[in-house]
Amino acid sequence: MQSSQGAHVALQMTQGLRPDPFQDYDPGRYFCELLRDRADGGVAARVRARLADIGISALHARAAAAENDLINLGITFTVYSDATAIDRILPFDCIPRILTAGEWREIEAGVKQRVAALNAFLHDIYHDRHITKDGVVPADLVYGNANYRPEMERFPVRFGTYVHICGTDIVRDEQGRFLVLEDNARTPSGVSYVVENRHLMQRAFPDLLAGMRIRPVDDYGRRLLEAMTDIAPEGVDHPQVVLLSPGIYNSAYFEHVFLSREMGVPLVEGADLVVEEDRVYMRTTAGRRAVHTIYRRIGDDFLDPTVFRPDSMLGVPGLIGAWRKGNVTLANAVGTGVADDKAIYAYMPRIIKYYLGEDAILSNVQTHICREKEGLDYTLAHLDQLVVKPVGESGGYGITIGPRASKAEIEAARAALLADPSNWISQPVINLSVAPTVTEAGIRPRHLDLRPFAVTGKSTWVLPGGLSRVAMKEGSLVVNSSQGGGSKDTWVLVDETPAGEAAP
Amino acid sequence: MSRDAPLLARYAEGLFWMARYLERVENLARLIDVTQTFESPGREAESWFAMIRINADEEGFAKRGLLPTADNVKRFYLLDRDNPTGIPASLEAARTNARTLRPLISTEMWMQMNVFHRDMLSIPESELQGDRLSRLCGRIKEGVQAHTGITEGTFFRDQGWDFYQLGRLIERADQTTRLLDIRYHLLVPAGVEEKRVTELTQWGGVLRAAAGYHAFRRVAPADFTATDVVEFLLCDTSFPRSVALCVDELESHLGQLRRRYGLRGTVAALERAEELRAGLKGRSVDAIISSGLHDFLDAVQRDLISLAAEIGTAFFRDWRPLAA
Repeated sequence: MQSSQGAHVALQMTQGLRPDPFQDYDPGRYFCELLRDRADGGVAARVRARLADIGISALHARAAAAENDLINLGITFTVYSDATAIDRILPFDCIPRILTAGEWREIEAGVKQRVAALNAFLHDIYHDRHITKDGVVPADLVYGNANYRPEMERFPVRFGTYVHICGTDIVRDEQGRFLVLEDNARTPSGVSYVVENRHLMQRAFPDLLAGMRIRPVDDYGRRLLEAMTDIAPEGVDHPQVVLLSPGIYNSAYFEHVFLSREMGVPLVEGADLVVEEDRVYMRTTAGRRAVHTIYRRIGDDFLDPTVFRPDSMLGVPGLIGAWRKGNVTLANAVGTGVADDKAIYAYMPRIIKYYLGEDAILSNVQTHICREKEGLDYTLAHLDQLVVKPVGESGGYGITIGPRASKAEIEAARAALLADPSNWISQPVINLSVAPTVTEAGIRPRHLDLRPFAVTGKSTWVLPGGLSRVAMKEGSLVVNSSQGGGSKDTWVLVDETPAGEAAP
Repeated sequence: MSRDAPLLARYAEGLFWMARYLERVENLARLIDVTQTFESPGREAESWFAMIRINADEEGFAKRGLLPTADNVKRFYLLDRDNPTGIPASLEAARTNARTLRPLISTEMWMQMNVFHRDMLSIPESELQGDRLSRLCGRIKEGVQAHTGITEGTFFRDQGWDFYQLGRLIERADQTTRLLDIRYHLLVPAGVEEKRVTELTQWGGVLRAAAGYHAFRRVAPADFTATDVVEFLLCDTSFPRSVALCVDELESHLGQLRRRYGLRGTVAALERAEELRAGLKGRSVDAIISSGLHDFLDAVQRDLISLAAEIGTAFFRDWRPLAA
C-alpha cells in the first residue's frame, strides 16, 4: 500500500488535488453491491481504484460521450406521449455491478429450477391438473385466471417447454439474500441491453475492464437460435425461424431488431405472414416461404384476430390454427401468463416443491396469502408494515404501501381485505440493495434489481449476468425504464481468484 | 452457408424507397445550389420559382399561401417538414425506411443515417442566406454521399442490394431530367450575343450541378452547343448521372434478380426499361430538342413512374394484402 500512497501524493503534487470520488459515498443500511466484502478476488477493490484514477469529471465526460453513442446508434426505446414519440436511451451507468462466481452459481441454479417448475406447472394445468386436484394451488386461481387459455388444454409442446424465454426479477435485501420478486414468462424484454451495455463498456471504459476475467454475454443470439431451431415442428430439416414484432412503433423495437440480427433471422410483422391450409408463410420477393418457428414479441391477445382480439392489427389470421395443427411453433407458448401471475407467484415455493421435490434455491419475497386464514390474520395485524397487493391481472392498481399510507388508507385496505380476502396478498417492504452510481453530485448509492434471462429448448441455459436495472432517483425503489430507470453492465466473475492482475 | 436467403417483400420495398429518398435529397441540394447560381439580380423570385415548377410543386406551394419569393422557396425545400417533396420530409422518410430495415442494413449505415437525419432537422434559418446556402447544400450532398459510400462498403450483396440500386437509379434518372428541365424555365435576355453567352453559362451551371462539367469539357468539342450538353446528360453512358447509364444499370439489376435469384416478375419492368432506352437512342438529340425538350423529359419521367410501378406490382405489393 505504501507505494500506491506515494503515487497518490505525487499525483496531487503535479495535478492538484483530485478527491476520491467515493469520499461522500454512504450506502447506509443497504447492502452495497460493490463495497460489501465478498469473495471477489479483489475485483471490486480494483474497480474502485480505477474509478478513482479516472476521476469524477472524466467519468462524467466519458459517460456523456457513451450516452451520445447510444443515441447515434439508435439503441433507444420509444416513449409515447400525446402526439409525439420520443426516442429515449436507457440511461447507462458506467460503474459495473459485480456478481461473484459463487453468487452466480446460486442465481443460475435458482433460475433453472424456477423455469423447470414453471414448465412442469403449465404442463400439468393444461393436462391432468394434479396440482389443483391435490389442493396445492386453488383451482379457481388457475382456471379462473384471465391468462388461462383453454386452447392449450391437452396440446403437446416439444420437450414440455412452454416458457422458452424467461426473465426472473431478483432483488437483494439488507442481508444480501437474493429474493425473487417476479417471474416474467410471457415476452420478457431487456436482454439486448445486457449485451449492448457490455459493448458500451468495452468501447468507453476499456481501462475499467482491462484484465478482468468476466463471463462473456455475446453468446445469447446463438443460444436462442439453437433453442428456436430445436423446438421447430418435428421432421423439418432446416427450420425457418422468424421474430414476430409489432413493428417500428413498438417501444421495444430496438430489442426486436437486436435479437433478429443476433439470430440472423428475419424480423417480420403480422402483415408479412400469411396462413394457408394451416401452414404459415412469409411474403418474400420470390413468393411465399414456409415458416416453422416464431419467436413472437406480441402478447397472446394479439396473435390471431380470428381466435383472440378481433381488432388486432398486429397478428396473423389463422396462426393459432396452424399452431394447433403442429405446423409451426410459437415461443413462448400461448397461455404462459397464468404461471407468472401475482396470484400464482405466492405459491411458487410450493409449486417447486410439488414438482421437483426440492426447496426453492431462490426464495420468494415472503408473501402472505390472504385467502388463507393465517395469512389474513398476519396481514391485518401488520397493515402498517406491509405492502398489500391485489392478485389477478390488475397490475399496479390497488397497492397499499403500509409504511407510507395514511390512517384512512390503511383502514380502506383493511375493509377491502375483509370484503374479499382471496383477492389479496401482502409482502414486507424490501430494502433493495444499492450500487455506486454516477450522479450529478458524485458517486451515490442507488437501488437496483437484476433480471437474468433463461433460454429453454431441450434444456435450459442462463445468460451469465442479466439486466441490472437502477433507480436513478435518490431513494427511489422503482427501476422501470418507463419511469426513468437506468441500467448497468453486470459482471459475472469467472472464478474467485482472477489471474488478470496481481493483487496489490 | 445458405446462399438463397429469402428477402421479405417489405424489406425489398423499404430498400427501394430508402435509396430513392436519399437520392432525391442529394439532387434537391444540387438543384438548390444551381438555382442560387442562376439567380439574376432583381429577378431572384423568378429564378427560384423555376424550382417549384420543375418539381411540379405549384399546388403544394400555393396551398401554403406563400408568395413566390426566394426565401419562401428555400424554406419550402429546406425547412418545411410538412412539404412531402422537401428535404426534411424526404430524409424523414428515408430514416423511417432505414428503421424498418434495421435488421438488414449495417450498423454503420444506420448510425450515419441517424446522425445525418438529426443534423438536417435542425437547420437554422440563417444557413439559407448568402454564401452559407451553398455550403449547406454541400453538407447535404456529402451526407448522402457518405451514406452511399458506407452502403457500398458495408451492405451485403444479396438481392436487397439490387432493390436498393433500382430505387436509386430510377430516382437519379428522374432527377437528371428535372435538372435538364430547369433550363427550360429560366429566363434568357433577348439580345443575340448576350443570349448565347447567358445560355452557355447556364448550361455550364447545369453541368456543374450534376458534377459533370469537367468530364463534359473533356469529351465535348471546343465550340460546344446546347445540344452537346443535352446529349451528354441524357445519353453519355460514361457519365454516372446520365439517363442512359441509369437505364443500362436498371436493366442489369433487373437481369441479376432474374438470373441469380430466380425472381420471376421482372419481365414487365424490363420491357419498360427497353422502351426508355429506345426513346433515348432512337432519335437524335437535335430531333428531340426541335420537337420540344420539355415534353420529351416529361415523357421520360412518366416512363420512369411506370417502371417503378411494375417493380412494385411484381415484388412489393404482395406483403400488403389490403393494398389495392
